[in-house]
Amino acid sequence: MSGKTETTSVVLVGVGGQGILLASEVVARAAMHAGFDVKTNEVHGMAQRGGSVIAQIRYGRQVFSPLVPEGEASVLGSLERIEALRYTSYLRPGGLAVVSSQAIVPVTVSSGQATYPADARERLAAAYANLRYVEAEELARRAGTVRAANMVVVGAMSRALDLPAEAWRAAIEQSVAEKHVAMNVQAFEFGRAAT
Amino acid sequence: MRELLSGNEAFARGAFEAGVTVAAGYPGTPSTEILEHLVAYKDHVYCEWAPNEKVALEVAAGACLTGARCLVTMKHVGLNVAADALMTLSYVGAVGGIVIVVADDPGMHSSQNEQDSRHFARFGKVPMLEPSDSQEAKEFVRLGLEISEQFRVPVLLRTSTRISHSRGLVELGERTPPPREVKFEKDPPRFVAIPMWARQMRVAIEKRQAELQQYVETSGVNRIEWAGRDLGIVTHSTAYQYVKEAFPEASVLKLGMSYPFPDAMFREFAGGVKRVLVVEELDDIFEEHIKSLGIACDGRNIVPGIGELTPMRLAEIRARVQRDEGVSPSCPAGILPASASGTGSSSSGGHAGGTHNAGETPAPRVTDLPARPPVLCPGCSHRGVYYALGQHDVVVTGDIGCYSLGVLKPLSRMDTILCMGAGVSMAHGMQKAGEKRKVVGIVGDSTFFHSGITGLLDIVFNRGASTIIVVDNRTTAMTGHQDNPGTGRTLMGESTHATSIEAVARACGVRRVRTVDPYDIPATLAAITEELDADEPSVIVFVAPCVLQGKKLLGPRRAIAADECKACGLCLRLGCPAIEGSGKGVKPVMNALLCNGCGMCQQICRFGAVKNEEVSQ
Repeated sequence: MSGKTETTSVVLVGVGGQGILLASEVVARAAMHAGFDVKTNEVHGMAQRGGSVIAQIRYGRQVFSPLVPEGEASVLGSLERIEALRYTSYLRPGGLAVVSSQAIVPVTVSSGQATYPADARERLAAAYANLRYVEAEELARRAGTVRAANMVVVGAMSRALDLPAEAWRAAIEQSVAEKHVAMNVQAFEFGRAAT
Repeated sequence: MRELLSGNEAFARGAFEAGVTVAAGYPGTPSTEILEHLVAYKDHVYCEWAPNEKVALEVAAGACLTGARCLVTMKHVGLNVAADALMTLSYVGAVGGIVIVVADDPGMHSSQNEQDSRHFARFGKVPMLEPSDSQEAKEFVRLGLEISEQFRVPVLLRTSTRISHSRGLVELGERTPPPREVKFEKDPPRFVAIPMWARQMRVAIEKRQAELQQYVETSGVNRIEWAGRDLGIVTHSTAYQYVKEAFPEASVLKLGMSYPFPDAMFREFAGGVKRVLVVEELDDIFEEHIKSLGIACDGRNIVPGIGELTPMRLAEIRARVQRDEGVSPSCPAGILPASASGTGSSSSGGHAGGTHNAGETPAPRVTDLPARPPVLCPGCSHRGVYYALGQHDVVVTGDIGCYSLGVLKPLSRMDTILCMGAGVSMAHGMQKAGEKRKVVGIVGDSTFFHSGITGLLDIVFNRGASTIIVVDNRTTAMTGHQDNPGTGRTLMGESTHATSIEAVARACGVRRVRTVDPYDIPATLAAITEELDADEPSVIVFVAPCVLQGKKLLGPRRAIAADECKACGLCLRLGCPAIEGSGKGVKPVMNALLCNGCGMCQQICRFGAVKNEEVSQ
């Protein structure tokens, strides 16, 4: 399909309640500050109750669809280990996958209907040529709150997104309460520096 | 100034800018956030959560007859509830503008069905607008109000999950309310729908339809974007955005006003392209009409009608259009054989994950991952009720709300879900039919006020004996914590009378009514056992505020002492996301980040292995 090359697509995945909406907002606002047209899509309602969720962000000169066509995301961020495996089809070949090492066991596993893959890390490495596996929880805790693991992931994702540092900072300032800005910026920076 | 707004924020902004002064609705995904954002302008706009959608529409109907501009919001199934009011408001018409935002949910992200609300426009003979992004969401509120006033008609504004919950850049404007005095001008032949006047109204509607028909052809709300002439695509709503990306070379007829149908534009468009394709989400409403005009087109033979359209589905549609090139144009309208391009809701040949991206393909889907459906939150008060119900061989008729999640394993304590209020009425029906087991109806507080009360009246009136459980978490939780008649607070932020569910149940004539703390497992078990044994109607109100709303821990976080745990698996039967199990005979582990300290697991553990965690964080 033509006419797509100038639109950058990003997906964020994880478990409802992990702060995906906020992470998505920060990416979108950063793109907006950088002067791009932006569209996003997020999941509200029932899926937020601990279900698997995806948020999608697209920016460019003119964006039509808010939804990311599978195989076109430049960057995928996952706040949970195996959720990154659920959405492999979204990332374009060679795109960056940032995956938090955090594991949240679904009730389907606890109630004996399924098993949590023990080899998630290996499977991630097989699925994603360009994988950054981050200790997001630990880095967030160091930044001041474990709740900022989402910003650690966004920080790591930012390395592969061509948006200026001021845009990220402005986006975080606009998206979180004033008293939490410093912690979130710190978490973002830890993520950006993580290797 | 441009701002990044969701469709729902943009609807609210549009209502503010256009001078709306009264807004009413009932929460329902994906419509809920509209009023939550509109109330930010409460100095200008009166906003309320009504007990249900029918009441909301009637409130706005009354307000609009005084000349006030009004907004009503609801989800698609809510319009079914409000349909009675809508059908005759179409006769009575509007004075001040009235726009009814109805949010469809193609793909059923958060709904029990995926009905296409466009049918209601034709059914009620009222115009329908369909924005395709946040900017239009804002503009179409004002446009709808203007149409409503010009043609004296309520206007439906249809959104969908992807319009309401997608964000885009929106140019903000000033609030420019029309100059007008709020005063109801009495005019019985216009406002009183008794048969002799309703018959006159009925005739007037046809005249209005003709005028609207004229408007829809010429107003510019529908537009033709001429490009290549080999293919012309008729589309609407969010599908327009996917079409623009998947078919950059095609001409497009974008329907911003999807009813009445713009017949002349359909003819002009079809006359200008070699082949017409209709890309519409859900039902084939445009396609049927276009074919009725004698215009040949493709549509449902290529475009799936089940579930939502997506960029991936558009890629499949494009592939089918390319394969079928030259087949359809020669086919007379309406008799295209189903085999011409294969019908059905999905493409043949598996998922199209890599079909459009020649060369390298993205990683294949991983299919053996554990499912992760939504679940009751850690510490949710509903969990104890389901655990207790699990001790009895009963039928549970359920209802719409967070507590519907009790149907999933391991709780598995819900047997039916139909619609708002049916948890109460269906229990009565099953009992009257002679179901051998006891039937328990379960309903939430907001749902009880919405349409559970009438069912309860029926049980008492018609000498039923059902046990009705009201899980009262002091809010409308599933949609994100909206107030309801039981919470003692209005959408405007004022304190108000908190209607007692227990008192309502007694007033309905139920003699056995009791209130129980669902976190107290022994009390919960006892209450359910006793009321099941009663041979008359009974109501148990389980009261505990939603754990998500409080944001505080309910008690000390718990931990499972590995040396005392016998791996019996009983705590796992609560289905709490904080208790992580990994197989039979393996001791479960408490996820300290998720535990909300409700202590239910501690109450049911037979070995005292669940301990209070000393350190927080």
